[in-house]
Amino acid sequence: MDTSTQRAERDDGRMLLNMGPQHPSTHGVINLLVDTDGEVITRAIPEIGYLHRGIEKIGEKIPYGGFMPYTDRVDYTAAMFANEVYARAVELLLGLEVPRRALYLRIISGELVRIASHFLGTGCMPMDLGAFTPFTHWIREREYINDLTEELCGARLTYNYARIGGVSHDLPAGFDRKVLGFLDHLEPIVDEFDRLITGNEIFIRRLANIVPISAKEAVAYGLVGPNLRASGVDWDLRRDLPYSAYPELSFEVPVGKGVRGTVGDCYDRFVVRIEEIRQSIKIIRQAIAGLPEGEVLAKVPKKIKPPAGKEAFARVESARGEMGCYIYSDGTDKPGRLKFRTGSFSAMCIIEDKSPGLMVADLVALFASLDVVAPEVDR
Amino acid sequence: MDATTIVERLRQRFPAGVVSAAADTADATVVVDRSALVEIATFLRDTAELDFDFLESIAGVDLGEKLLCVYHLLSYQHRHALVLKVELLPDDLAIPSLAAVWPAANWHEREQYDLFGFAFTGHPDLRRIMLPEDWVGHPLRKSYRDPEEYHGIRHDRPSVLAQLQARDARDFPRTPPPAATTPATPTES
Repeated sequence: MDTSTQRAERDDGRMLLNMGPQHPSTHGVINLLVDTDGEVITRAIPEIGYLHRGIEKIGEKIPYGGFMPYTDRVDYTAAMFANEVYARAVELLLGLEVPRRALYLRIISGELVRIASHFLGTGCMPMDLGAFTPFTHWIREREYINDLTEELCGARLTYNYARIGGVSHDLPAGFDRKVLGFLDHLEPIVDEFDRLITGNEIFIRRLANIVPISAKEAVAYGLVGPNLRASGVDWDLRRDLPYSAYPELSFEVPVGKGVRGTVGDCYDRFVVRIEEIRQSIKIIRQAIAGLPEGEVLAKVPKKIKPPAGKEAFARVESARGEMGCYIYSDGTDKPGRLKFRTGSFSAMCIIEDKSPGLMVADLVALFASLDVVAPEVDR
Repeated sequence: MDATTIVERLRQRFPAGVVSAAADTADATVVVDRSALVEIATFLRDTAELDFDFLESIAGVDLGEKLLCVYHLLSYQHRHALVLKVELLPDDLAIPSLAAVWPAANWHEREQYDLFGFAFTGHPDLRRIMLPEDWVGHPLRKSYRDPEEYHGIRHDRPSVLAQLQARDARDFPRTPPPAATTPATPTES
């Protein structure tokens, strides 16, 4: 990469600008080095690592059971999934059977959090494009979910809810009724949001046909979750590599169809997330209706020591797509190696190659539509 | 395709490249020689029955006497997974880059270079990604020692509590309690 002094010497009228590390549309501390010729971007290079906390290194120093609170910090807008994927990885290592009630509780809490995370994603998208109001609509609804999770596990964001072998708490009394009440209240609001934003002509024009990502590109770059599905790839871990109790629930997987432009454009990435909110509502209703009785925590050995050389790779469908947790056991009570594979990291990777020729405003749209969360990129 | 068949296909096609393989694990696991890595990866991606189009993750593992570079692959069409491993010795961490096979490898390899020091040959842009360019060492190696400071900023600081306790001990020296004397027998009034 040229430094700015070299650029000045070349004097070709181009500018090297820093977008971030604290730019409001970068959703966390991320720096985009933008090489521009006027409004047109020649190249945008993401510089990450500002939020690198060495979570994987910490994991090697903490016994299996004690690491759960750290997983909250992998993706703090949807911490439930990092909890779940870590728990699942250790359960795979130990060959633990999780009680069905605990699986259902993970699904109910996980889908609630997926809705909350998509509120942020689809609320920030218009905000980055200059419309502030939709964000306030979603944030208001998100507070209800925060209240619910607070009642469920005591925390509004860093849940620490999953446990190796189950979950930490059973449902508080009357919780299912409250969740159902919230869903009844939410459904018309999703429709209202649709009328207000999704069909808004200005909004559509800012997003439709902007930076379409083809299915082939999306797969090759390792995009996952809503970003992958928006590109027309019909894939959802919950349905296609089923885990937990998802096979017992029926739901649809929304796929980008290019409703207002090209398949895989920024607008598709927005619409897919709105549809996923509706599907999550459907899943929660079924999970509450079919909630089995029983224990919420399996019998787990006090000292967790998987045999040396054993390894496990667990996957869950997080709000930002496939989240993986790889553990390599060295035979002690701490992981020999712990790795998180996150959706935001691979989403960031595609920005540099998609950026040449974009307008600056469209880079903001692309970045917003990928729904990148900085701590998940840096870990 | 099930794990056994995938392993068999690889063994047949690359008798020299496959060092060892296991099909009894959750996903088929194949240890390959680094000289055949690019060839095997291309074969895995382009063969219609295998069709490993998704590189999920690259993870280094430090085992002391050797290091592993672990690739997790998934096929969207066939819904099967494969774990590819390359064994490396700590003093020779050169390994061919797969960025040309799966573009997703670009950043994954940068991350593992940063944290483990794997030298991915042929990588288009092998720079540190998580840590600053001038960082010394690769933190996820077992031999890594935490640095004392970074640009004059120390990584530890004196405990505030210990400082307060020291100040208290200086300003309010605790006098030892008076020696217990035998209490006088209470006289009845």
